[in-house]
Amino acid sequence: MSTAVRDYSIIGPESQRAKDAGLVSADWYRCEVPRETMKALMKRRNGPAVRDTIIWLVLLGVSGWLAYLSWGTWWMIPAFLVYGTLYGSVSDSRWHEFGHGTASNSKWFTTVVYHFASFLDFREAESWRWSHVRHHSDTIIVGSDPEIAVPRPTSWIAHLAEFFAIRSVWAESKKIGYNIVGKVSPTVRDYMPESSYRRSIWTGRVYALIIAGVVAWCIAIQSVMPAMFIGLPTMYGRWLLVVYGLTQHAGLAENVLDHRLNTRTVRMNVVNRFLYSNMNYHIEHHMFPTVPYYSLPALHEAVKNDMPSVYPGIAAAYREIIPALRRQMKDPTYFIDRSMHNATSGSAS
Amino acid sequence: MSTEWVDVCGADGIDVDDVIRFDHGTRTLAVYRLGKDRYCATDGRCTHAGVHLADGFVNNGIIECPKHNGRFDICSGAAQGVPVTVNLRTYPVRVEQGRVLVEIPADPK
Repeated sequence: MSTAVRDYSIIGPESQRAKDAGLVSADWYRCEVPRETMKALMKRRNGPAVRDTIIWLVLLGVSGWLAYLSWGTWWMIPAFLVYGTLYGSVSDSRWHEFGHGTASNSKWFTTVVYHFASFLDFREAESWRWSHVRHHSDTIIVGSDPEIAVPRPTSWIAHLAEFFAIRSVWAESKKIGYNIVGKVSPTVRDYMPESSYRRSIWTGRVYALIIAGVVAWCIAIQSVMPAMFIGLPTMYGRWLLVVYGLTQHAGLAENVLDHRLNTRTVRMNVVNRFLYSNMNYHIEHHMFPTVPYYSLPALHEAVKNDMPSVYPGIAAAYREIIPALRRQMKDPTYFIDRSMHNATSGSAS
Repeated sequence: MSTEWVDVCGADGIDVDDVIRFDHGTRTLAVYRLGKDRYCATDGRCTHAGVHLADGFVNNGIIECPKHNGRFDICSGAAQGVPVTVNLRTYPVRVEQGRVLVEIPADPK
């Protein structure tokens, strides 16, 4: 049994292997949904997106204000925990939804929220659009998907570090380092066309400028306080993003062309669904990315008979994920088999 | 290049603000109905990843690709941003005697 580290780089030897195997830009299984039903599900409404964004921003503002008032007391710990989580974790699903452009009918609203959430999440907005396009083309295809969060064999240190965004902030900082000197990293060049380089470079530079400004502010007032509000929450508030994010694909199959085999749908309560923008319906989202987040529960109802069983909650998902990741430490070929009981009624896209 | 007007479907064969796929010779087209009386036609596959646009979403004169949310202006074919960078080809459309016709270049013999 080999525990050799596999090359998950998208510009390494696995890239050509994925192409040779016909796994790149391939046809994926899609459940059959009547056109009339799909048209209703794809409809965009401004109401839910505006409401949810306002609630998020109000919570961010109030928790930030409380964190400011509690500075220097023990109360700052829960206050910053809430603020940081809303900043560093809840921003992630906003980045994602507004990046797909499905959340609302308003282009400017979509663009503004996307860029705001991208910065909070510390994802250079232009390159991440393209990264996520690739993730949707080649979901968990080794050598092509740049967003595989759980490479094998499992590295618990890497996962624990990610609870504080250490790995992702380091990776993004390197990318932005290229941007500062007017370049785009070799990995990004693999999935982003030249026409986007200029925008990407300038976005990265703006992020660097903001972070540099915050650092200068901290030095000037001899306090870490400004960074606790801008920049650091991406790291100390990351934990919930990881808790949600690992449920998406961890432990499941690689190199398959059926989202039902490499993605999870997990039942979550209303609070988690708000914080996570319904991304717990993750198979449905991957299969039909034109459906906005607020219609995913209805989409789930429409396709559930052609789906694997839903995990009844986050804890249930982790009861499967943790043993699987432990096993993948020693056996990188192991994966959770979600083969369908009835995979006959869909079609390749 | 010679062209031909090809019968696609009845005028009511496309729902309002919807799209259908139309295959003719070696071509795949997407034929749209915008509002009650306006019809347009474009190439049927997204210029980004070649996915059939007829499975996509028609919204305010824009067609959104079902795979990566790439968007095109239906009437002009203009790409509207990431991930589409190449415009769609458009085709003249007319309605005659309740039938939707599209002008398509003849396939080379």
